[in-house]
Amino acid sequence: MTRETALNLALALALPAFVASAYVAEEPFLITLATRAAILALAATGLNLALGFGGLVSFGHAAFFGIGGYATGILASHAQDYTPLMESPFLIEGTQAMLIHWPVGMIAAGCAALVIGALSLRTSGVYFIMITLAFAQMFYYFAISWPAYGGEDGLPLYLRSSFPGMNTLQPLPFFTLVFVVLILAIGFCGMLSASRFGLALHGARQTPARLVAAGIGPFGVRMTAFVISAMLTALAGSLFADLNRFVSPSMMSWHLSGELIVLVILGGVGRLFGPLAGAMLYVAIEHVAGGLTDHWQFFVGLLLLAVVLFARGGLIGLLAGERGHV
Amino acid sequence: MSEPVLKAGGLVKSFGAVVATDSVSLTLNDGEIHALIGPNGAGKSTLIKQITGELTQDSGSIEFAGKPLDGLTPQARARAGLGRSFQVSALMPEMSALQNVVLAAMVKEGGPYRFFRPVLAPGPLRDVAEAALDRVGLSTRAGARVAHLSHGERRQVEIAAALALGPRALLLDEPMAGMDPEGAARLTTLLEGLRHEAPILLVEHDMDAVFRLADRISVLVAGRIIAQGHPDEIRRDPAVRAAYLGDAP
Ligand SMILES: Nc1ncnc2c1ncn2[C@@H]1O[C@H](COP(=O)(O)OP(=O)(O)OP(=O)(O)O)[C@@H](O)[C@H]1O
Ligand SMILES: [Mg+2]
Repeated sequence: MTRETALNLALALALPAFVASAYVAEEPFLITLATRAAILALAATGLNLALGFGGLVSFGHAAFFGIGGYATGILASHAQDYTPLMESPFLIEGTQAMLIHWPVGMIAAGCAALVIGALSLRTSGVYFIMITLAFAQMFYYFAISWPAYGGEDGLPLYLRSSFPGMNTLQPLPFFTLVFVVLILAIGFCGMLSASRFGLALHGARQTPARLVAAGIGPFGVRMTAFVISAMLTALAGSLFADLNRFVSPSMMSWHLSGELIVLVILGGVGRLFGPLAGAMLYVAIEHVAGGLTDHWQFFVGLLLLAVVLFARGGLIGLLAGERGHV
Repeated sequence: MSEPVLKAGGLVKSFGAVVATDSVSLTLNDGEIHALIGPNGAGKSTLIKQITGELTQDSGSIEFAGKPLDGLTPQARARAGLGRSFQVSALMPEMSALQNVVLAAMVKEGGPYRFFRPVLAPGPLRDVAEAALDRVGLSTRAGARVAHLSHGERRQVEIAAALALGPRALLLDEPMAGMDPEGAARLTTLLEGLRHEAPILLVEHDMDAVFRLADRISVLVAGRIIAQGHPDEIRRDPAVRAAYLGDAP
């Protein structure tokens, strides 16, 4: 077992261990906190696929997070109001089922990523960052000005969406569900990274000219990664809506896009468990320092500076050393 | 004689006031090594890049395997069988030598859009890549990260990658640049045997290698071909001696 594998295992066990002790200590709030970390980790795992593997610094992933959130919010709000979503040409009813919310949000985000990618992936560097940001802002303002689903005030949900065989309103089952989804997503990304497509994607980041010489167009590879990345982040958004039982345009704000980038950098860009490490660290700082001062973001900034200056591989790089081949 | 594999006619390419390619025509026939020589800045790489599609010519046409290349992307040209190596090694630095070559073998073996199986799992893809590394004499270094390879070893990976593509023709831009004499000699032997698999358009400053390998030589000076022919004719050509070879061989 390499050092990174051991570290990954420890990271994967840390959150459930924390939750188990919170459960024993009867501190449901701490379970919810851990759930929040896991959901942010899932969103950042999605981003890491584009940013870490593909070198695509998207500053617009909040849009996908929000699309996932609104998919849950809209479908659930129709279910709780007993109003159909649409009556003609055919009837669509709302639903509380997560197993419907997730694919709807993911497909919607995937379609949005296709459009955003078609325009942004032809550019690179600062232009790419700006175009993804611009699109996310468009979604943000659209959500604000859409009164049917709460507009600026957002959309409260009375219940948590349902999952077969589970009481999702209880903190522990909901955490378990979120955590299993997270681990599956990380495993999926690990499989992708080691696949043919993963090799091509890592290649598109490292030396696109070499990829071209191999007969592989970088655009298609990047686009595919961008779409999958958006879908994973949308899944996180959907769970986030259920966690808070509330959806609002702030899920799509550029602050969130930035936060996700920070998580990835803190944990280690392109490291499989980097987003999880980053999210746990971030939520821990938010909780501990946030209890002391309103300006807790200052400490995140300080830490980010330290990582960028002294530990380019983030937390994982610091603890497990240089990344293996890819 | 059959049609040439590669046929460039009347290529012109300028960068502002610099005419880097000045009505260049050349062909590459099956089974031959065609060397392209000339002083620094003569336009050799610029010519190669027009064939690979990295640059678009201002005028003129290029035909490959009987079809015009105009409008084809560089990746489509590679898929059509144009293998190339870069003057300055352009490999994936964070990948192993094997991974670099596997990447080049992918298109022939079903393409990159496969998401589940590990790319290095045993199978035809890996076999093709390992065979290519073996041919350039690098199998013992297959697992080494490119960033840790010596300069000469990187040049070998470049050649292996070009071979793994299953090329119909090879465009090699100074493959021996910076190699030690032993490595250069080994590569010369390899290229010698390769010409029957895929004809080679070879840009090279190492005149020993050029005169040993080339069936034909074109001499490019300031974007123009000033002489073209059999190595012996080129060696004797007074204009070539004046412009490039000096009084050496
Ligand atoms: N992208 C570019 N923009 C402007 N000028 C260029 C560009 N590429 C090449 N040139 C110019 O075109 C001319 C030919 O360059 P090229 O690189 O093709 O020469 P070369 O024969 O390959 O030289 P060397 O032996 O040094 O590799 C040079 O004058 C060079 O400065
Ligand atoms: Mg050159």
